[in-house]
Amino acid sequence: MSDGKTIILNRIREALRENPAPRPHASHTSSDQEETPRDHTPREWLPKVGERLDEQIDLFARQSEGLKTEFHRCGTMEDARAILSVLVAEGAWKKIATHTTPDTSALLEKNRAEILKTDTGYQIDDLESCDAGITGCECLVAQTGAILVSAPSAGGRALSVLPPHHIIIARTSQMVPDLTAALELAKERYGNKFPSFLSFITGPSRTGDIERILVLGAHGPKRLTVLLLED
Amino acid sequence: MTTFASEFKKMAGRYTADLTHRAFIKKALSGYYQKRDDSKASFQSWQGARDLAAETKYEAVNHLDRYLVEFAEKIEARGAKIFWAPSAREARDYILGVARENGVRSIIKSKTMTSEEIHLNDALEKEGYGVFESDLGEYIVQLRKEPPYHLVFPAMHLTRGQISDLFQKELGSAPTDSPEELTMIARRVMRRKYCEADMGISGANFAVAETGMISITENEGNARLTTSLPRIHVAILGIEKVLPRLEDLALFLPMLATAGAGQQMTCYNTMYGGPRQPGEIDGPEQMHVVLLDNRRTELLADAEQRDTLGCIRCGACLNVCPIFKNVGGYSYGTTYQGPIGSVITPHLRGLQDWKHLSAASSLCGACTEACPVKIDLHHHLLQNRRNAAAAKPVMIEKISFLGFAWLMSHPSIYHLAAKLGRVFQPLHPIVNGTFLDPLIAWTRSRAFPNLAPTSFHEQWKKSRK
Repeated sequence: MSDGKTIILNRIREALRENPAPRPHASHTSSDQEETPRDHTPREWLPKVGERLDEQIDLFARQSEGLKTEFHRCGTMEDARAILSVLVAEGAWKKIATHTTPDTSALLEKNRAEILKTDTGYQIDDLESCDAGITGCECLVAQTGAILVSAPSAGGRALSVLPPHHIIIARTSQMVPDLTAALELAKERYGNKFPSFLSFITGPSRTGDIERILVLGAHGPKRLTVLLLED
Repeated sequence: MTTFASEFKKMAGRYTADLTHRAFIKKALSGYYQKRDDSKASFQSWQGARDLAAETKYEAVNHLDRYLVEFAEKIEARGAKIFWAPSAREARDYILGVARENGVRSIIKSKTMTSEEIHLNDALEKEGYGVFESDLGEYIVQLRKEPPYHLVFPAMHLTRGQISDLFQKELGSAPTDSPEELTMIARRVMRRKYCEADMGISGANFAVAETGMISITENEGNARLTTSLPRIHVAILGIEKVLPRLEDLALFLPMLATAGAGQQMTCYNTMYGGPRQPGEIDGPEQMHVVLLDNRRTELLADAEQRDTLGCIRCGACLNVCPIFKNVGGYSYGTTYQGPIGSVITPHLRGLQDWKHLSAASSLCGACTEACPVKIDLHHHLLQNRRNAAAAKPVMIEKISFLGFAWLMSHPSIYHLAAKLGRVFQPLHPIVNGTFLDPLIAWTRSRAFPNLAPTSFHEQWKKSRK
C-alpha cells in the first residue's frame, strides 16, 4: 500500500507522459512571430503607474477614495496626533490596541485611552474589546491602493483585522509603484525567512452577499485609516 | 434517461418559467458587468494579461508534479503538515482525524468550494462537531440548509426579505430590510464563534511553489479571522492551485478580482506560509494543508481539456452564461455550476451521468471570452458531447442521422419530401401539441413555421430560364 503522495505523483506523471497539451495561443497581435506571452511581465499589462513619488501618492489617494479608505497626508507627527485625537473623541474610544514601533509610540504619546500592546501576546477577548488597532506596514501600493502588512510589521495576524477600526501609520519612503514591486520588496527583506503571514489590505472589510449591495465592515474593520508621514 | 439528467430538466424547466427569479438574477448581475468592464479598462491590456495568465497556468499544470513537490517541501520546512488526498474520503478522514486527536470542540470555516466538493460539513457534523460557515453568503445558505447557489456569490438568489425572515426564525433577530443591519447581525453572531473556535478550515486560491505559501482572496475578513484565532488551521485545496513564482500573484490577484467581482483588488489577499513561526505572537500552533486530487488527474490526462485545470474559480463564465442566467445555480445539481461545471463535472463524476450539462449550452462562446485564463470552454462542451456519443451511441440519434444523411445525398428524394411536406402541413393543426404530433418536442412551447410555397431550388430554376 503506497501513500497518498506516491499515488498522486504517479497519477500526475502518468497523465503528463504521453500527451502534450496544446499551447495557449496569444490573442494580442505582434509583428514578431517568435514572441511568446512569457516574454512579457505583468507590469506591461496591469494598470500603469507614474514613476515619480508625487504621482504615486496621488494615485494612492485616488484609489483610497474609491475604496473608502480614509487617507491623510500628515506633514508632521503632530498632524497625525491631531487626526487620531479627533477619531478618539468622535468614537469615544476607551481602549486602543497597538504594537511597538517608533511611529506607533510617537503617535500615541499624548493619547488618554487605555492601550493594549500585542508585542508579547494578548488574550483574544481583550483584543476583541478594543475600539481600534494601530499598526505599521511593509509598504503602500500606489497601483491598487493596497497596503502590504505582515506579522512583524503589523503586530501579528489579528491586530489588523479584529478591532473595528484599523489605523495604519506609514512613511512616504514606503510607497511602491505596483504589486510586483511590493512582492519583490518582501522577497528582498525576508529572503527565505518569510513571516507566516503577509496580507494585501485593500480598503475596509466589505461584502456584497445580500442582493450584491455593498456593505462595509462584514467581519473585519468597518473603517480603515492611513496616516502618511513625510520621511 | 439518467436521474441526474431528468432532475436537471425538471429544475431547469421550473426555474426558466420563474420570471421573478430570472429578473432578480439579471438585476443582481447588472452592477457586476459595469464594474468588471471599468476594471478591465484600467489594464494597459486585458488581453495581454489573459495571455500571460494562460501561459503561466500552462507552465504550472504541465509541470504539476515538480511544482507541487516544491510547494510541499517549502511549506513543510516551515512547520506545516501536508496531506496528499487521492480521493474525497481520504481528505475527510484526515480532517476528522486532526479534529479528534486535538480534542476539537468548535470549528469555524471560511469559504471553500473544495470542501463543498467533498461534503466536509456533513462528515464533521455526523461526528458531532459544530461547524460554522463564516462567509456571509455561505452562512445564509448554511442556515437554510442549502448548497451555494453560485460558486462566488452563494446567496445571490435570495432577497433581503427572505434573509430577514431567516434570521428572525434562526437567530431571533428583529425584522429589517436593510442589508447593512442584516450584515451586522451576522457579524455579531460570528464574532463569538471566531473567539471560541479551536479549529479553522479554509480553502486557498493559489499555492506558491517558490516560497511555500497559500494565498487566500476574500472581501469580508472572515478568512483572516478563521486563520488567525483558532489554534489549528486546516487548508484544503485542489492540486491544480499551484503557481510557480511569488511574482505570479501580481498578475493573478488583480485578474481574479476583476473577473470575479469587478474589483481592481479584492479587499484581503493573504499569504500564509506555515503555522506561527518562532518570534511571532499569534497565529495557529498547527497548520495542515490537504492537497486533493479527487479525479483532477483524469482531467490532467485529457490533453485536449487539460487547460480546465487552470481555472481560478472566479465565476466569470457563470455571470455571462445565458443558460446559467435562465436555469439558475440549483438546476445543475453540481458543486461547480455554469460552463466550467458543465465541462469538468463529467470528468469528476462520470461522463454518461453528466453529459446532459454539455448539451445545455447555446455554444455562444461568451464563457470562453470571459475566462481570464483562456479556457476553451465552449469547445470543451462540444468535445464532451462527442466523447459521450462515441463511448455510448444513442440508437435513435444514430438512425436519425443516417436517415438524414441519406435524404440529403439523394436530391430527388429530398425534393419529393419537401413537396410532401407542403401537402401534409395543412393537416398538422389536427395533431398539433398532442402525443401524436411528430414535432412535439418543438411545438410544446413554439409554433412550427410554415414551409415556403416554393422552395429555393424551384425559384432558382425558374429565374434561370
